[in-house]
Amino acid sequence: MPSNALIKEFQAIVGKENVLESEADRHSYSYDSAVLDPVVPDLAVRPTSSEELGKVVRLCNENGLPVTPRGAGTNLSGGTIPSKGGIVLLTNALNKIVEINEEDLYAVVQPGVVTARFAAEVARRGLFYPPDPGSQAVSTLGGNVAENAGGLRGLKYGVTKDYVMGVDFFDVNGELVKSGSRTVKCVTGLNLSALQVASEGTLGVFNEIILKLVPPPAANKAMMALFDDVDKASATVAAIIAAKIVPCTLELLDNVTINLVEDFTKAGLPRDAQAILLIEVDGHPGQVVEEAEKVVAICKKTGATEVKAAKDEAERNKLWEARRAALPALARAKPTTVLEDATVPRSKIPAMIKAINAIARKYDLTIGTFGHAGDGNLHPTIMCDKRDKNEFHRVEEAVDEIFDVALSLKGTLSGEHGIGLAKSKWLEKETSAATIAYAKALKKAVDPKGILNPGKIIGG
Amino acid sequence: MADLHKLAQMLQELDDQMVACMKCGMCQAVCPVFAESLNEADVTRGKIALLENLAKEMIADAKGVQEKLNKCLLCGSCAANCPSGVKIMDIFLKARIIVNTYMGLSPVKKVILKGMLTRPGLFNALVSVAARFQGVFSKPVNDLIGSSCSQWLSPVIGDRHFLSLAKEPLHGAVPSLDSAPGASGLKVAFFPGCVVDKMFPRIGHAVLKVMAHHGVGVFMPAGQACCGIPALSSGDRESYEKLVTANARVFAKGAYDVLITPCATCTATIKEMWPKFLDGFDATTRAQVLAMSEKAMDVNQFLVDKVGVTAVDKPTGGTRVTVHDPCHLAKSLGVRSQPRTLLSANRDYELVEMAEADRCCGCGGSFNLAHYEVSRSIGRRKRDNIVASKADVVATGCPACMMQISDMLSQGGDRIAVRHPVEIYAETID
Repeated sequence: MPSNALIKEFQAIVGKENVLESEADRHSYSYDSAVLDPVVPDLAVRPTSSEELGKVVRLCNENGLPVTPRGAGTNLSGGTIPSKGGIVLLTNALNKIVEINEEDLYAVVQPGVVTARFAAEVARRGLFYPPDPGSQAVSTLGGNVAENAGGLRGLKYGVTKDYVMGVDFFDVNGELVKSGSRTVKCVTGLNLSALQVASEGTLGVFNEIILKLVPPPAANKAMMALFDDVDKASATVAAIIAAKIVPCTLELLDNVTINLVEDFTKAGLPRDAQAILLIEVDGHPGQVVEEAEKVVAICKKTGATEVKAAKDEAERNKLWEARRAALPALARAKPTTVLEDATVPRSKIPAMIKAINAIARKYDLTIGTFGHAGDGNLHPTIMCDKRDKNEFHRVEEAVDEIFDVALSLKGTLSGEHGIGLAKSKWLEKETSAATIAYAKALKKAVDPKGILNPGKIIGG
Repeated sequence: MADLHKLAQMLQELDDQMVACMKCGMCQAVCPVFAESLNEADVTRGKIALLENLAKEMIADAKGVQEKLNKCLLCGSCAANCPSGVKIMDIFLKARIIVNTYMGLSPVKKVILKGMLTRPGLFNALVSVAARFQGVFSKPVNDLIGSSCSQWLSPVIGDRHFLSLAKEPLHGAVPSLDSAPGASGLKVAFFPGCVVDKMFPRIGHAVLKVMAHHGVGVFMPAGQACCGIPALSSGDRESYEKLVTANARVFAKGAYDVLITPCATCTATIKEMWPKFLDGFDATTRAQVLAMSEKAMDVNQFLVDKVGVTAVDKPTGGTRVTVHDPCHLAKSLGVRSQPRTLLSANRDYELVEMAEADRCCGCGGSFNLAHYEVSRSIGRRKRDNIVASKADVVATGCPACMMQISDMLSQGGDRIAVRHPVEIYAETID
């Protein structure tokens, strides 16, 4: 525990009301959305300005106190669990949208701005910020950059990293490091902004982020196709891409998910369907009409048992209902929801789904799979009860095996949820010993005392 | 600590409900208290984590958890938006019973709940004395809203702009009623609720006028008590059971099709909470409580869904009215369209929507007493949205919301009247 003198120093920087030291407050920053054991921090500290933020980081380094930055605490890999104690650094009061530049198509934000609030503000100015992680209603942009959050629009619009033009961050001494710029092109110095993306707060503490904005598509059209075979759904995905059409969303629900969604919504989905594809194209109205017609034709040709195209916004909403209900339906089925995000090249989706179903049988578990078929980022979701020790042990073994399969299919451990504490033990399997050693050397050089979110990604 | 162990064991009965929380944190998006404080312990995910840790004896400071648990509006915004469908209100009310019983009620709550609320006769007598003398200590500040403030009482009520108690409560003007059904063939039992009875009898009179107009028979027994929510939300199960029993007794004396109330909170309590807290009742009382609960309905919903009130074809407009959706009406009971239909049935009004119409006003019953500053900041956001709608009148189906909104508008110096939709509909009847 920090001494009273040190607590007073934090209070002198951020004010008494922004140093949370009661047992109840500390316990409420001991977890995030990952299914992992909580670890209680020594303190939670909430800076309200850049100046305060830098001073807090410096004070922590001087005292060798671990710092775990936390936005909304919604990540699914334990990145915001203060596993080595120390302070949880709350960024949610650093929540100003500093600038939205409509001429040069960029915005400057503080790390604690909530993603959906930012996207809405950008939309109000007639522009578009595409990354849309599932937690966007509460997640912060700082957290999105630190985890390189994805979302439903990844296939066409990319993920958070594709919108980061610059990150200003504090080093362990509380000195401001500037990287990137407000220009499309910038080759000034090392690309330190890119190093911060997906760093999970292990290499610096974000102060301001410059994000790219784009013009919004003028029109969109949603379609839904049902299949009696996952292979046919996957062949459809491949055929759409081969036809030079890049949908903005291409989502898949497997049979287990379809049935749970139907239990929950009673919307009339066919329970025997093996896969549903939800496809949306967007862009210029003429192009949208043309592409939608092609998509419908492709679905029919590749063996969809039924294809629906939304005629208006109300029908579009209705088609989306099944996808929106996927996580709520899975989450209600059992007390504990283990949401994974192993990702494979999109052509390997049928193999991946087959393997997941075999793993579910082998370990006697219910696994529903849904996700972003267009980019191969699936969410095998294991429904279980963590209080059942025997079952949860089987869950852990199943997760191990899912990763093994994903890697054997030339995929990756995590498409968008991050490594954090949950997956660091598998990192070397996907990469190499040299990769880990390089990352550790880098970490040691910029953070000699190991105070920046220690224990995450590369362990230690 | 042996005592803490006992508390922990009692909390374990909530484990099955709490384990459904997957800690996704989506409650942060809608919690009005979190929006003010940005503290995780103020939002549902944090509170559930604290209760779990208390149940597992990982936390020693039970009082600290109790404070966090009680710092909640019970507005149900989180429950309405929870992806896992966690029964949050059940968890919080049961936890408040366990923790507050264990830790004890505050002395103030003890006096209010045990000394006054559970004794309807005494409660009525005290209120009537207060109604007579309130003018001596306070001065009116906004005639349109009917609010006052008081320097004398500021140690107790702060700088609130409060509404006066009625000179004559509803039960004074109409002690009881039992009329036969007319043209509609329907008969209702009428539960006005404390705030309508003592502060807004005009709403009660409007309800009676509308029922008479539509040929709906009314059974309104004497001796009605509070619906019990102030006791239940304070974790005072004993007082809660006394109040519910008193109501069960008097309403069992009449026959009716529907039990109506003009108070969103009373309706939600009777409909949603009464069936969940039955353990302490004998079989007869339990049957009476369930009978009332099954028949309970919001008055707006009754008039539109049962009586068949519809919007007029060609409104002339003139008065701009906006709607505030009470949490206990919209989020708990799903009643959203009916108050709007009722307002649209008066051709002199033009319905204009405000932004965030279903965002909590911040009252939260006794939350307003314990956390006035938080309550006031939440209320200011509501006030700003009302003012931005350029409405002349704000209508809402909950007298508690009406008190809070009146305070906020009055402090803002706004000339916007606060009314119940039934009052506006009643104007169409001569």
